[in-house]
Amino acid sequence: MKPLASSPAPVLEAHDLVKHFVAERTLLGRTTASVKAVDGVSLAVHAGETLALVGESGCGKSTLGRMVLRLVEPTSGRIVVDGADVTHARERDLRGLRRTAQIVFQDPFASLNPRMTVGEILAEPLMLHAIVPPAQRAARVAELLAGVGLNPRQAARFPHEFSGGQRQRIVIARALAVEPKVIVCDEPVSALDVSIRAQILNLLEDLQARLGLAYVFISHDLGVVRHIADRVCVMYLGRIVETGTTDEIFDNPRHPYTRALLSAIPAPSPLARRERRLLEGDVPSPLAPPSGCHLRTRCPHAEPVCAEARPPLAAVSPTHASACLFATRLPDARDLAPREPARDPRLETLFAAFAGDDEAAAAQAAAQ
Amino acid sequence: MTPGSATASATAPDADAFVIESPGRRAWRRLRRRPAAMASLVVVLVIVACALLAPWIAPYDPTAQSWSAVRQAPSAAHWLGTDEVGRDVLSRVIWGARASLAAGVISVLIAMAAGIPLGLLAGYVGGWTDGVLGRVTDAMLAIPFLILAIALAAFLGPNLTNAMIAIGVTATPIFIRLTRGQVLAARSEEWVEAARAVGNPHWRIALRHVLPNVLPPILVQATLTIATAVIAEASLSFLGLGQQPPMPSWGSMLNSAQRFLAQAPWMAVFPGLAIFVTVLAFNVLGDGLRDALDPKGK
Repeated sequence: MKPLASSPAPVLEAHDLVKHFVAERTLLGRTTASVKAVDGVSLAVHAGETLALVGESGCGKSTLGRMVLRLVEPTSGRIVVDGADVTHARERDLRGLRRTAQIVFQDPFASLNPRMTVGEILAEPLMLHAIVPPAQRAARVAELLAGVGLNPRQAARFPHEFSGGQRQRIVIARALAVEPKVIVCDEPVSALDVSIRAQILNLLEDLQARLGLAYVFISHDLGVVRHIADRVCVMYLGRIVETGTTDEIFDNPRHPYTRALLSAIPAPSPLARRERRLLEGDVPSPLAPPSGCHLRTRCPHAEPVCAEARPPLAAVSPTHASACLFATRLPDARDLAPREPARDPRLETLFAAFAGDDEAAAAQAAAQ
Repeated sequence: MTPGSATASATAPDADAFVIESPGRRAWRRLRRRPAAMASLVVVLVIVACALLAPWIAPYDPTAQSWSAVRQAPSAAHWLGTDEVGRDVLSRVIWGARASLAAGVISVLIAMAAGIPLGLLAGYVGGWTDGVLGRVTDAMLAIPFLILAIALAAFLGPNLTNAMIAIGVTATPIFIRLTRGQVLAARSEEWVEAARAVGNPHWRIALRHVLPNVLPPILVQATLTIATAVIAEASLSFLGLGQQPPMPSWGSMLNSAQRFLAQAPWMAVFPGLAIFVTVLAFNVLGDGLRDALDPKGK
């Protein structure tokens, strides 16, 4: 990933990160098979920016997210957070990383200690990093709760007394307690009801605007990604296959896998017209991925050369790169993501009649 | 409760809106609301008081023999009767509370003090540490509880203190294994990862996050093990390895009473009842404690 030319140093950088999980060992403990969950991934996130990591289950995006926070130890590669190399920092030297980078987990029912009150959960990072003097902790906890839209009076309650959306707000408040610069959001809304998702996404955007946070937004929901991300990295079997600005990825995808992902977004209307480019077959076993380009066994554009070597991420534009050897020769594909279908002209008057109400309703929803 | 209304009212946080209640105080507040638990707590306290105040409340010397009052049925003079050498059963039951309670509670405290840290270590650290502790635990659990306790007590020498140590050591693997299993389940939870992400050192995650979550089943196990330990002390005393005669313990009273079960049932009934009530009280108290410690409870 090439940082944008004009931007300052990124808050979080990963260089050639690799994570192998041992899948099989001999009796003597020698590794005989390993899964390359993350296979040489580089990325950089700048202040105030949202970088989305997308890909299907098992592509390594969550492992990557945890690795940059040193919650999973990298096999090789380098992690630089806020200018400091933390790749080999020992546990007690990780305080800087923990203050700079935080995480919001997918499942708000699993990521809060059931035996601590919300107040205790939020006071803990304040205590560990001496963010505020002990006497001001309760007041700061109240501020944090207010900041994520919860009532400070609820600090004495336990996590199980809250709904999923409220719990995710608590998780976000905990991440904010150390005043971080970057937050890894690991599928932060996929465990939530659709009606709550927009609230949490708006909260995240709101906090970003207010605090200048950078997000690494891990998701498989491309609709959400298009809404929230500035840049997108598409991952397949542990590698980044395409990266670019959100518009570039969605409007001009230059990798067959990205195209397949986009065309798999469910269209909200039966009238939606678009090309469909679904891949055939299943994801190959990560224990023995195909040589060269991992996608070649399922790719409609594959040629013998694809089996020879790992295709490098080659620039298509200054901000856009694809790991397809034929990136520039792929046919134009502008209609993969679903678009608003053309309306029946006979309904236009009806829509027009309700348009005023629609806006009023939207304004009301935003106010809540 | 709704996020919408919270946003509106959250703009002016008042610092005294909530008090962070200590977990111990919270558990006590909840325990008080449970009649069964409070009743058993009272029973336990009465037994403890009996043990502590035995010299003042026992009507007779528990070791004073009287050949004119051998195996007498309960009467006004001897409320619970007398035993085969004319000693007052009530006085012996009251004094016996000392040995039995000490054997039950102290040996379990020894087992918990050794077993919980070792189990926490094995479950949290894993790997080589877990392997060694696991093998030792398995080896100890392979030997029947009483046999091991008898062997240890015989090795240490016959007195009540050594019997308690022997029972405590014998019960330790139960706590190691239970704690380890609970810790293994807890440490794969996402909130443990979250605790690391906010910067907790490992020791703090183990003690502040994992331990409180694994403690309730261990507390329940402890109350059950107190029952086992009271009975183990009885067996050891019977073999001459526990409470030394003529001082009483409920177990040694039961054992000497079995020869007179038909002629003098009161000799067995009352120490047996004492064991039963004590064990039951500890069990009910343990259940109440578990509920009081459960944050999902009321």
